[in-house]
Amino acid sequence: MSKVLEKEILEKESAGEPKQEILRVTDLKKYFPIKSGVLQKTVGHIKAVDGISFSINKGETLGIVGESGCGKSTAGRTIIRLEEPTEGKILFKGKDISHMKEKELRKQVRREIQMIFQDPYASLNPRKTLGSTIVEPLNEYNLYGNQKQRLERVGELLETVGLDSSYSNRYPHEFSGGQRQRIGIARTLALDPEVIIADEAVSALDVSIQAQVINLMQRLQEEFELTYMFISHDLSVVRHISDKVAVMYLGKIMEIADKNSLYEEPMHPYTQALLSAVPVPKKHGATQRERITLKGDIPNPANPPKGCVFCTRCPAAMDICREVQPILKTKKENHSVACHLFE
Amino acid sequence: MNAKEITVNQQDPEKVNNITNKPESLLKIGVEKFFKNKLSVLGGITIIIVVGMAVFAPWIAPFDPAKQDLLNTLAPPSMEHFLGTDELGRDVFSRLLYGARVSLLVSFTAVIGMKTIGVVIGASAGYFGKVVDSILMRFVDVIISFPQIFLLITMLAVLEPGLKTLIIVFILFSWTGTARLVRGEFLSLRNREFVLAARTMGLKTSRIMFRHILPNAMGPIIVSATLSVGGVILSEAGLSFLGLGIQPPTPSWGNMLQAAQDFNIMVNAWWYPIFPGLMILITVLAFNFVGDGLRDAFDPRDK
Repeated sequence: MSKVLEKEILEKESAGEPKQEILRVTDLKKYFPIKSGVLQKTVGHIKAVDGISFSINKGETLGIVGESGCGKSTAGRTIIRLEEPTEGKILFKGKDISHMKEKELRKQVRREIQMIFQDPYASLNPRKTLGSTIVEPLNEYNLYGNQKQRLERVGELLETVGLDSSYSNRYPHEFSGGQRQRIGIARTLALDPEVIIADEAVSALDVSIQAQVINLMQRLQEEFELTYMFISHDLSVVRHISDKVAVMYLGKIMEIADKNSLYEEPMHPYTQALLSAVPVPKKHGATQRERITLKGDIPNPANPPKGCVFCTRCPAAMDICREVQPILKTKKENHSVACHLFE
Repeated sequence: MNAKEITVNQQDPEKVNNITNKPESLLKIGVEKFFKNKLSVLGGITIIIVVGMAVFAPWIAPFDPAKQDLLNTLAPPSMEHFLGTDELGRDVFSRLLYGARVSLLVSFTAVIGMKTIGVVIGASAGYFGKVVDSILMRFVDVIISFPQIFLLITMLAVLEPGLKTLIIVFILFSWTGTARLVRGEFLSLRNREFVLAARTMGLKTSRIMFRHILPNAMGPIIVSATLSVGGVILSEAGLSFLGLGIQPPTPSWGNMLQAAQDFNIMVNAWWYPIFPGLMILITVLAFNFVGDGLRDAFDPRDK
C-alpha cells in the first residue's frame, strides 16, 4: 500500500470520523410459498427469513452465524436481490433497493454489492476461461477502456488474489478448490464493489486453505475498504473475521453484538449453547465452556412455534416464551438480544 | 487516494502478451476426444461423403437423373449404370446422388429450424419459470397431443406437397421435444451458482441465458439435433414413400423406395429398392454415431 494511503487512513482514524452506515436492513422477510395440488394453490409459507434488522458500517464485517436451515443464506441472497423480499426494507447507501426492478438494480446497485459463493466448483462457469469470466462484467459496464486494457486489468485482479496472471487462459476445472475460491474473489473485485456478501465462502475448503482465503479477504478489506457480510456456520471463522456478529435461528436474529461482547458474554441461551460447542485448544489456557446440549431438531419453518421460536429447545424456557414473541432489544452497548430472560 | 482504485504496476510485458493469447479452447479438447471414438469418426466420414455426394452431384453423376431410357429399364448393375436403372431406365446412382441433396436439405433446414424454436421456447420457459413456463409448456402439451403422423399427412394433403411445405411442417410440429429438453436443462442450471454470480454481476438476462446457460446445455441439444437429422431423413422417406413428400420426378430416397415397391421390381430388380434403403440406413446410422461421439466429446465432466 502506498504511503499516502497509510497517512490518509491514520488521519481519518485520528480525526475520529464517525463510520458511515452503508447497508441497513429493516424487518426483512422472505417467505417461500408452499404449493400443492393440481392448481398449485398456496397452502402455506416457509418463513426462511422472518423479520431481521441490522446495519453494517463501511469497512466493517458483519458475521452471521446459525445452523443450517436458519435462513442465513436466504438472507444474503435476498439482500443482494437474487430473491425478491416478501416484506421489509433494504437500504443501500440510503437508497431503498428492496423492490427495485432488475433494470434499475443493474444500473445502480449490482456493481456495488457482490457475492462470494459457497461452492467453488459450481460458482464458475465450466465453459469459460478465467479471463472471459472476469472480463465479462467489465465489458458489460464498459470499464477500463478497450479490450486489451480490460484483459490487463484481469491479470492484475488475478495477481491481487495471489494467482498468476497467465492463468486467465485456463478453465476452472484446472484449479483446486482454494484457487477457484480465489478466482471467485477476483471476479467479485472486478467491479470495485463496496459490499461483498460471502455466503459460506470458506466452508467447502480445507482448514489450511480456509485460513489462506480468510487472510486474503482481510487483506483485500483493508486495501479496498470493503464491507463484508460474512455468512457462516463456523463460529471460530466468524469470530476471526467479524466486527459484529448476528446469531440467527429459524429466520430470526436471536442476538447481535460486537464480536468480543458476543463471544465473551453471550446472553441468549441459544448463543450460549452454540459457543459451548466450539472446541477450545488446551494450550491457550482457556477452559472449555460447560457443554450445553440442545435437544430436538430445529422446528419446521413452515410452522414455527407460537412464542419465541427457540422455546422448544431452550433450557431456560418459561411460560411466557411459549406465548409471546420476544423482541430484539438493546441491553448493553452494541449488544442486542431477543429473549424474555432479559426483560 | 481513492482506495477503490488498484494501483497499476508496470506489467511484465510477457505476462500481458500471455493473457491476450488465444486460450486453448474446450473445442480443441472436444475435437481431440471426438477423434478417439472410432465409430463416430466413421460416422463423420460417412456424413462428409454423403454431403459431398449431395453437393457435387451435378459433377459426379454420370447421367441426368431425369433422363429416361425406355429401352433399358430395370437393367442390373453394369459398367455403364453401376447401380442399375429404374423402371423408366433412369440411372439409379445419379438419382441417389440427387436424392441425397433433397434428403439432406430437408433434414438440415428442418432440424435447424426446429432446434431454434425449441431452444428459444424451452429457454424462456425454463429460465423465467412461473406463468411463462406454465403457458409455454401447456402449449407444448397441446401440440404433442395431436397424433403427429396423421397431422403431417393431413397438412401435406391440404397444402401443396413439396420441399418447402415438408420443411415447414416438420419445423412446426417437431420443436416440442427440444423445447422440453432445453427447459429441463435451464431449470436445473438457472439456480447454479455461476448463474447467480452472473446475475449479481448485473449481466443482461439474454446474455445469461444464451452465453452462460445455453453453452452448458449444448451437449444434449447437439446430440438431439444429430439424432433428429436421422429422424427427419426417416420421416421424409416415410412421407415420400406414402406419396406425400417430395413429388416425382424430383428424386428423393423416399420416393425412389416408393417407386420400387412393386412386387415385380422387388423380385426381379433387387438393386432398385436396396440402394435407396441402404443410403437411408447408412446416413441415419452415421448421424446417430456422430451424435453419441459429440455427447462424449463435449462433456466437460469426464475430461
